[in-house]
Amino acid sequence: MSVTQSDFRGAIMDGGKDRPEGLSDAKGHPAGRRFDVYRNNVAVSLTDALATGFPTIAKLIGTENFNAIAGVFLRQSPPSSPMMMHYGEGFPEFLEGFEPLAHLGYLADVARLELAMRRAYHAADAEPINPDALSALPPERLTELVMTFAPAVSLLRSPWPIHAIWAFNMQDGPKPQGISQDVIILRPGFDPEPHALNAGAYEFITALMAGGTLGAAAAVATDDAPNFDLSATLGLLLTGNALNSIDLPS
Amino acid sequence: MSTTVKTLAVAGAVAAALSAHATTATAAEKEKCYGVSLAGQNDCAAGPGTTCAGTSTVDYQGNAWKLVDAGTCVDMELPALADGTPRVGSLEVLERDLPAS
Repeated sequence: MSVTQSDFRGAIMDGGKDRPEGLSDAKGHPAGRRFDVYRNNVAVSLTDALATGFPTIAKLIGTENFNAIAGVFLRQSPPSSPMMMHYGEGFPEFLEGFEPLAHLGYLADVARLELAMRRAYHAADAEPINPDALSALPPERLTELVMTFAPAVSLLRSPWPIHAIWAFNMQDGPKPQGISQDVIILRPGFDPEPHALNAGAYEFITALMAGGTLGAAAAVATDDAPNFDLSATLGLLLTGNALNSIDLPS
Repeated sequence: MSTTVKTLAVAGAVAAALSAHATTATAAEKEKCYGVSLAGQNDCAAGPGTTCAGTSTVDYQGNAWKLVDAGTCVDMELPALADGTPRVGSLEVLERDLPAS
């Protein structure tokens, strides 16, 4: 009765703190060792949650390092929601500011990619457009087309080859080159897929997402990258079931 | 000077994307296949909290540790960014690695 919730919580999140005084089990015996078991399980399960959510990071730095770093993170950023599927939202920023890992500048952006894939998995369903609807439109008015995107779709921009690093670690992809990569997360069926974007495609999709017309978005992309491939990018959006609706404003 | 994208070019690109899509859509019919995941590939896209994993392991909370080269970082040679700013000229390099279109 003498233990407050904040004492209890404080001791759970800090292994260096003593057990709260006055804990007892159902028979009235001191429950200090039970508290230790519980404290251990909180840390272990949150570490496991982070390892499940950020498998590429765990592979990049190794399990031992990952668990040690997770131990620091989970104590400073315990879950704010009981839904563990969202746990770790602050992990990329944490990695960015974590001095011992400063020499691995790409870690935070790779973690953002993993987080974006997880968000995509849990994003609401959306009925993709039927590509036939696109071919039914008058070709001379296609530049005026506007479109909306499925909730699962998101974009990432990084000065690092984050897609290649992900593929190298998770899909036996080739060794990453020192390039910058833009990535789109698509969810054509049930599982999210990251795709590296060609030059100009990030600008193109950003403009479309902001409600720009197809013509305006293509112009923005071509200004940025003269070799922007409109056809390939549209193809990627169609195959990835990225488009939720298309509309010709009258 | 802004680039005016010609109506014809957009229409042509849309048509090309549609015909390419029609070809790939039939080729990409997939079925869920269990038990054939590549080793080390994470198929648990749902993330944490979606399975009930055992928690019988021990948390080796250490207050100090050494970051050893234990992961795959050492397999990759990436030029470091000097001060966190985007790499200059990266778009030129990027084009070299694009798939042929």
